Amino acid sequence: MSDLNKLGLAEARDMLRKGETTSVELTEACLKAIDEADALNTFVHKTPEIAMERAKAADVRISEGDAPSMCGLPVGIKDLFCTKGVDSQAASRILEGFKPEYESTVSQQLADAGAVMLGKLNMDEFAMGSSNETSAYGNAISPWRRGNEDTPLTPGGSSGGSASAVAADLCLAATGTDTGGSIRQPAAFTGTVGIKPTYGRCSRWGIVAFASSLDQAGPMTKSVRDAAIMLETMCGHDPKDSTSADLAVPNFEAMLTGDIKGKKIGIPKEYHMDGMPEEIESLWAEGRAMMKAAGAELVDISLPHTKYALPAYYVIAPAEASSNLARYDGVRFGHRASLAAGDGITEMYEKTRAEGFGHEVQRRVMIGTYVLSAGFYDAYYNRARRVRALIKKDFDDVFAAGIDAILTPATPSAAFGLGEMSDEDPVKMYLNDVFTVTVNLAGLPGISVPTGLDHQGLPLGLQLIGRPWEEGDLLNTAYALESAAGFVAKPGKWW
Amino acid sequence: MSIDKDTAARVAKLARIKVEEDALPALAQEFNTILGFIEQLNEVDVDGVEPMTSVTPQRLKRREDVVTDGNQQDKVLKNAPDAREGFFAVPKVVE
Repeated sequence: MSDLNKLGLAEARDMLRKGETTSVELTEACLKAIDEADALNTFVHKTPEIAMERAKAADVRISEGDAPSMCGLPVGIKDLFCTKGVDSQAASRILEGFKPEYESTVSQQLADAGAVMLGKLNMDEFAMGSSNETSAYGNAISPWRRGNEDTPLTPGGSSGGSASAVAADLCLAATGTDTGGSIRQPAAFTGTVGIKPTYGRCSRWGIVAFASSLDQAGPMTKSVRDAAIMLETMCGHDPKDSTSADLAVPNFEAMLTGDIKGKKIGIPKEYHMDGMPEEIESLWAEGRAMMKAAGAELVDISLPHTKYALPAYYVIAPAEASSNLARYDGVRFGHRASLAAGDGITEMYEKTRAEGFGHEVQRRVMIGTYVLSAGFYDAYYNRARRVRALIKKDFDDVFAAGIDAILTPATPSAAFGLGEMSDEDPVKMYLNDVFTVTVNLAGLPGISVPTGLDHQGLPLGLQLIGRPWEEGDLLNTAYALESAAGFVAKPGKWW
Repeated sequence: MSIDKDTAARVAKLARIKVEEDALPALAQEFNTILGFIEQLNEVDVDGVEPMTSVTPQRLKRREDVVTDGNQQDKVLKNAPDAREGFFAVPKVVE
């Protein structure tokens, strides 16, 4: 069969189990697709040798029977995950040449389940960005285009390479991470599915830290079923991450019944933003109609502190980043600036960090430094943490009132052209995360599902937000939405 | 609260990032834009609200206070820009 790279995880798994294909064939198809897609700049470190070795091992395991779902399935890994012996530089110059001596827990769990790593995927530097334009590797490019135009579009960010690679069928699925929307926004921009699980579901160990109280890993896939399969493998308690939850991981795929009769779906009035494009409003209205037609009950709800989520995020995330990124000092790993005669250790730090960090990362580290500095800590950092508590309480209250899930738009627009936002002030770019960032602040699971196209033929997504630890129920609601929407559009191959 | 050039220079110093003198005014301007956005938080009544430390009210797990790892000096030093005789090497710190 040709075009094996176009399969999703579930279909490929079923074919492997029936002996209709092999992991080697799947992997070769993906490696070929990757080599033909350098124009998308998604795979920034290719690992064909590792891939073929794992594919062969997976085929043996499958032939012996009883292989896990992910066994033999080729996936891409975001560059934020440390992968043993393979470049892992978080798309930053400061980690150039860094080859970890260890493997992140999530990528190890995928490897243990037999998944095949094809390589490392482009992203925004240290996951700071919403368009993949802050990467030291250069922009990742979306396979989607506006009508007949050839303007290169953003695949979103920070997991832009992951989203683009999945949408372009270079891999069956990919890992992503989400601190303020970095899985869900790129998924929405590329017509793919992305879920950020509850904070604590996936171990953060071995994932380059951005904002530790917000960061979570999750899968980026071609369907909700695939997301359920891959998420289950990525989740689980890890003693090496003290915030990882010691809870059993359910069989998420088995929970996909598509039955959402009687479920209460909250529609938050605060997510009707001023100036939101009509297309997003109508997409959301269509989503509500689909939920209702599937037997769910729509309930108008209020999340009164929504408006303050982005400003709170832009205190908390930079503050945590300024601490986390203090480790990049030119001593233990990565880049060290060449020094002039007489330069001491302070000059070494300052020059190394000026050369190694890109502009957006420098800006966020300095904002974080400022809001944590003496005299401002209470006014900015502690105030933001108090507001965060109120944002979480908004969600606690609606869930306590019986809401099962919340339906919102995933993004305030479709994908924009690369460079189109570069003249705007940084706050304009931050607004991309307006619907997703609340979910990170509250630690909740959220999923983006493609449900329509805009007038230019670009994908648009809706977001569902679930109760903490109830990813299975959330995935099932998303499955019902996906079935009703019947989104099947794919980008035409131009690369 | 407006950030001037001197404050921008002080923040850059605290963050240990070298910023050239002529880049400071633009940097100060960017800080002001972002901080202006953050100022909205002052509208929120946060009286009596505890600052959040963790989204999940869970007690951190404890483990036995024993050595679980070690003896991998070569691995620890493997990625260092400058490692000598089992140590990380840096410019002279003590005269």
